[in-house]
Amino acid sequence: MATQPLEPGAFNPWIDRRSGISDRRKGEAESPLGAVLNEPIPGGASLAYVFGSGLLYLFLSQIVTGMFLALYYVPSADHAHTTVAYLTKEVTSGSFIRSIHAYGSSAIVIVLLLHISQTFLYGAYKGRRKLLWLAGCVLFALMLGMSFTGYLLPWDQKAYFATTVGTNILTYIPVIGGPLKSLLRGGAEMGTITLSRFFVLHVFLLPSLILGFIAAHVLLFRRAGPAGPFQGDPQALKRSTEPFYPKQVVFDLLFALVIIGCLGLLAHYLPVALGPKANPSDTHYVPRPEWYYIPVFQWLKYWESGFAVVGILVIPAFVALLFVALPFLDRRPERRPWKRPVSVSIYAFIFIGLGALGGISHRNDLRDPAIAPQLAKQQTDVDAFMKKPFEPELAGVSPFAAQSLSPIASQGKRVFEEEGCIECHGADLSGTPSAPSLLGVGQKHDAAKLRSILNQPTDAMADGGMQPVDVREEDLAALIAFLESLK
Amino acid sequence: MNHSDEIHISSTAEEYKKLGGTASSRRSFLALLLSAGAASVGALLSVPLLRFLLHPLVKAKTQASWKEIGSVEDLASVTSPVKKLVKVEQRDGWRKIVSEKAVYVCRDANGHLCTLSSVCPHLGCSIAWHDDKNKFICPCHNGQFTAEGKLLGGPPPRGMDRLESKVEDGKLVVHYQTFKQLVPNKEVIA
Ligand code: FES
Repeated sequence: MATQPLEPGAFNPWIDRRSGISDRRKGEAESPLGAVLNEPIPGGASLAYVFGSGLLYLFLSQIVTGMFLALYYVPSADHAHTTVAYLTKEVTSGSFIRSIHAYGSSAIVIVLLLHISQTFLYGAYKGRRKLLWLAGCVLFALMLGMSFTGYLLPWDQKAYFATTVGTNILTYIPVIGGPLKSLLRGGAEMGTITLSRFFVLHVFLLPSLILGFIAAHVLLFRRAGPAGPFQGDPQALKRSTEPFYPKQVVFDLLFALVIIGCLGLLAHYLPVALGPKANPSDTHYVPRPEWYYIPVFQWLKYWESGFAVVGILVIPAFVALLFVALPFLDRRPERRPWKRPVSVSIYAFIFIGLGALGGISHRNDLRDPAIAPQLAKQQTDVDAFMKKPFEPELAGVSPFAAQSLSPIASQGKRVFEEEGCIECHGADLSGTPSAPSLLGVGQKHDAAKLRSILNQPTDAMADGGMQPVDVREEDLAALIAFLESLK
Repeated sequence: MNHSDEIHISSTAEEYKKLGGTASSRRSFLALLLSAGAASVGALLSVPLLRFLLHPLVKAKTQASWKEIGSVEDLASVTSPVKKLVKVEQRDGWRKIVSEKAVYVCRDANGHLCTLSSVCPHLGCSIAWHDDKNKFICPCHNGQFTAEGKLLGGPPPRGMDRLESKVEDGKLVVHYQTFKQLVPNKEVIA
């Protein structure tokens, strides 16, 4: 065996002595760290095994970039789009980090498909790896949930309309479909409540579930051990067994480096754009989901008549079930792909089919005279929006600056300024140390009450220096109208 | 820490040494190399993250933006101070806050237009101009100032605060600022 035991203290003597991480206890074959690093890989390290750790790296990257994005993001229909525009257009490195996060989700899908395909072709779901496969299936579903919920958060046109369509699909589910959709949306229509729900799913619920299932997935993997190549003489495989460290670690790190490089280049040279803010009253918008949902999107188009339930629900559910139950259906120990023609051809068929559906959708979009110009227009809108400098949101406006007052109220405003009210209550009505703010006074008191206060201030007011207002009746009425307008 | 544990470590260390010292030292050199490589890639990746995090601190303070008060022609008749309102815009991250602030346009000793903040340097009340008495009087504690804002009497520690202003395209513009209260010298707050 080529395995070399890891030396105690090899990790870091200071940490080792204070944690026992590379300390081998009596009765245990290896220390906790040694068990990980010396994990024997039958047949030796291979580039084919890098995808799992690549996914782990990508998930970490999503967590870190996601946390940073949350420094500026606000999950509300009023502010979501502004905050994303702000961090994209104004904040240093904002566009880069958002692009890494957005492209990261695509990278996860790609690496996940590679990981699944490798596991499938190597027959590495068999025997004592059935639960390992199941945990992986759950992770797959959770990941799709992450990309679906994350897509809405920027609250631009694309996000809004794609999610409207996406959530509408739920209504095809008999009986519970409608209520499920309302539950997810937080109402019949898409709105700010929907955004909050998607935010909570995307940031709290789904990530914690993913962390839990990653733990289970890794633990089960550690129990079962690496599966190794699908063929070869058991004795020869045993002889060529290598520990996880160093060769596989180097391969895994190299793969992580490739991922970092690709994401970095894409994010720098092709930053992810943000479209104009969602406009629910736009009836022309043609939504398109993220590229990896396009095949499913195309598939749904073929099922618009009464058979919709079959196409949209029964067939996908059947395929998903087939996929999940694979280790229980294919129980033979045979792992060589060419000796498993049925499962391999079904797998290939599904993937080729999805690819073909994606291709058809793309071709239709280019050719359809009703759609192609609209899609082109949407792209121009996005480009135009990205070129515009960031426009901050107007907030906390003083009523003077914001409202257009009625003629009588603006006359009252003049009285307010001339009579010196402004000196104590402030030019923007927000009050000074000597008198309270008058913002919202129109909500507190009605016209009659305002009149009585102005004619004879309460004792507390008089103590604060408030004088009875002594003006012509006409001006008093105008002043009251002005104060009343301060809602 | 348990004493027997340490003995245990050293004994296994010796065992391992016997197995092949050279191979394991090569392995720890590689470990060092890999950790150093990973650390430097990590450090590189944290550069954009840090820049992103520090943006609000590093970004240059919003430059003096000049707010229009009115055309010089209209103000030509100003002899005693007149109150004008200017719209002041403040940026707060992705928000902007617009408010109206009162300023006084006055004439200085040389006959040039000047601008005074209406905020009292004592405790911040709005100072009023009294034409009949030809002076500024603060309604709160009776602080009094000349038509040019010089302190005449009362509790305020200094005269009214001059605001930077200039004439641009025939318009008087002002750079609105607020100043610390209760200090003898004018100190900018924002
Ligand atoms: S606040 Fe103006 S004199 Fe006190």
